[in-house]
Amino acid sequence: MPEVLLKAERLTKRFGGLAAVNGVSIELWRDRIHAVIGPNGAGKSTLTNLLSGDLPPSSGTVQLAGRDVTGWNPEKISRQGLGRSYQKTNIFAPFSVWENVRLAAQSRAPHAARWLSSATNFEAVNARCARALELSGLQDRRHAVAGAISHGEQRQLEIAMTLATGPQVLLLDEPLAGMGVAEAERMVALLLKLKKDHAMLLVEHDMDAVFALADHLTVMVNGQVIASGAPADVRADANVQSAYLGEEGTHE
Amino acid sequence: MSTPKANLETLPRSVQVVLVLGVLALAAFPFVGSDFYTQMVARMMIMGIFAMSLDLLLGVTGLVSLGHAAYFGIAGYALAFLTPQDAPVSLWWTLPAAVAASALAALVIGFFVVRTQGIYFIMVTMAFAQMVFYLFFDNKALGGSDGLYINFKPEATLFDLENKQVFYYFTLACLLAVYAFLRRLLWSPFGRALAGIRVNEHRMRAMGFGTFRYKLAAFTLAGALAGLAGYLWGAQSGFMNPDLMGFHMSAHAIMMVILGGMGNFAGAIAGAFAFEYLLHLFKDLPAVGGFNTAKHWQLWMGLFIVLVVVFAPRGLLGLAQRLLARKEARDA
Repeated sequence: MPEVLLKAERLTKRFGGLAAVNGVSIELWRDRIHAVIGPNGAGKSTLTNLLSGDLPPSSGTVQLAGRDVTGWNPEKISRQGLGRSYQKTNIFAPFSVWENVRLAAQSRAPHAARWLSSATNFEAVNARCARALELSGLQDRRHAVAGAISHGEQRQLEIAMTLATGPQVLLLDEPLAGMGVAEAERMVALLLKLKKDHAMLLVEHDMDAVFALADHLTVMVNGQVIASGAPADVRADANVQSAYLGEEGTHE
Repeated sequence: MSTPKANLETLPRSVQVVLVLGVLALAAFPFVGSDFYTQMVARMMIMGIFAMSLDLLLGVTGLVSLGHAAYFGIAGYALAFLTPQDAPVSLWWTLPAAVAASALAALVIGFFVVRTQGIYFIMVTMAFAQMVFYLFFDNKALGGSDGLYINFKPEATLFDLENKQVFYYFTLACLLAVYAFLRRLLWSPFGRALAGIRVNEHRMRAMGFGTFRYKLAAFTLAGALAGLAGYLWGAQSGFMNPDLMGFHMSAHAIMMVILGGMGNFAGAIAGAFAFEYLLHLFKDLPAVGGFNTAKHWQLWMGLFIVLVVVFAPRGLLGLAQRLLARKEARDA
């Protein structure tokens, strides 16, 4: 059995009377991709926000790398080894691609708060930044202004920034959203490469990508898990087919 | 490996040349200017330090503080309390002590205000500054509404601050030191993190930055530098009153930064000079047909700032940059 890096138990988030996430338990394992799918409004993004600390859960617990991180703020959870990307591109648009990733790498450098030496002089940070850019295939675009590169490249940048913090656990919220076919193929190849050494949660609508990547598949509807298991088994599940996959589930 | 820099913060060569010329002009000014104007330019430089300290919050970190004058005033008052009625006091310990008083006030107030965001931050910084204002305004022991006199300029042993020229050059040295320090800070890891907070604080937190601590450090540092300006103001003018920590003073500092151009410190200095000069100009306007134009200087100042914001959104420095770039293109 692979090592469990993140374990959430009976997570619930209520907004007024609505339970956006209702008693969801989920595990992420090292070297494995756990995909979460479901219709819009199923609570996937809320679940991601609960795991990353962007939202505090109403009840339930989250364990990250062996520590109970329930109720921790995002920066503390990030330093505990969790990196996330966002559904809507969430970058530093006026900065260069390099500076976006360098800032992410700086967050893990000792003396990061040093006041008087130039930020470009920290070799360990630069090396970490260069590695993340190379891994995500953006090294040729490092001088470009982040707000001016293509949407697909911005999605790659999201990943590069997440990687530069050296996380063990990756939460990727729709990394393929809005991508063209070629860009999506590159992103799938990148995610496969990242599977090694990381525990990954993948929230995604692109079913081809999900079935190409996922080792484990969870289906959410109305804030609850209706099926969870090996992708092939989940796909065959009658409940899932009627609730979500519909035609798509049988198209192969 | 080179790091490309966001446009707002980098000063193109042409603007740098203008700035160097400006420094030379400032260095030469006491030789040509009268005592009156030498004092006025020294005051402009003091306001330049004050405006730069606010720019660290406003232009770099993206925190709109509407109560920055409180920290300006606290250090000035500290000098007033530390100076006896009948003798000068040493610069070498009162300056650090006064700056530390401002920094401490900013640290304590900052502890509460940097937790808030956006409009709430603006309101809470203003509320705290009003509290400080009324603390001094209503307390006879703290000078009350009349304020306090500072009968002697601080004594520096090595040089004589009572001499207007010497005071001028001391102020110029402070201005340049603060500018050099803040420009270095801007490109340090700390400065880059502050810029990151301005652009996208949410993402900074998701990447593991404890943004509260960064913002608190910036708020405290900005308070300390405002204190330096307030100390110099008290030493130069020889009095402190509550108006110097009031709402108008805070608002003027914001206007200076916007007028000059945010986020690069040079703009803040340019804005402070322009603001103080216009103040001088508008307050001297002649009456036109029974309408006292000088009394309504705020009207003209407001109009001027509106024009700058509409036609030169990056401030006077941004405007200079654009004009110089156009000239270069024409000459080429």
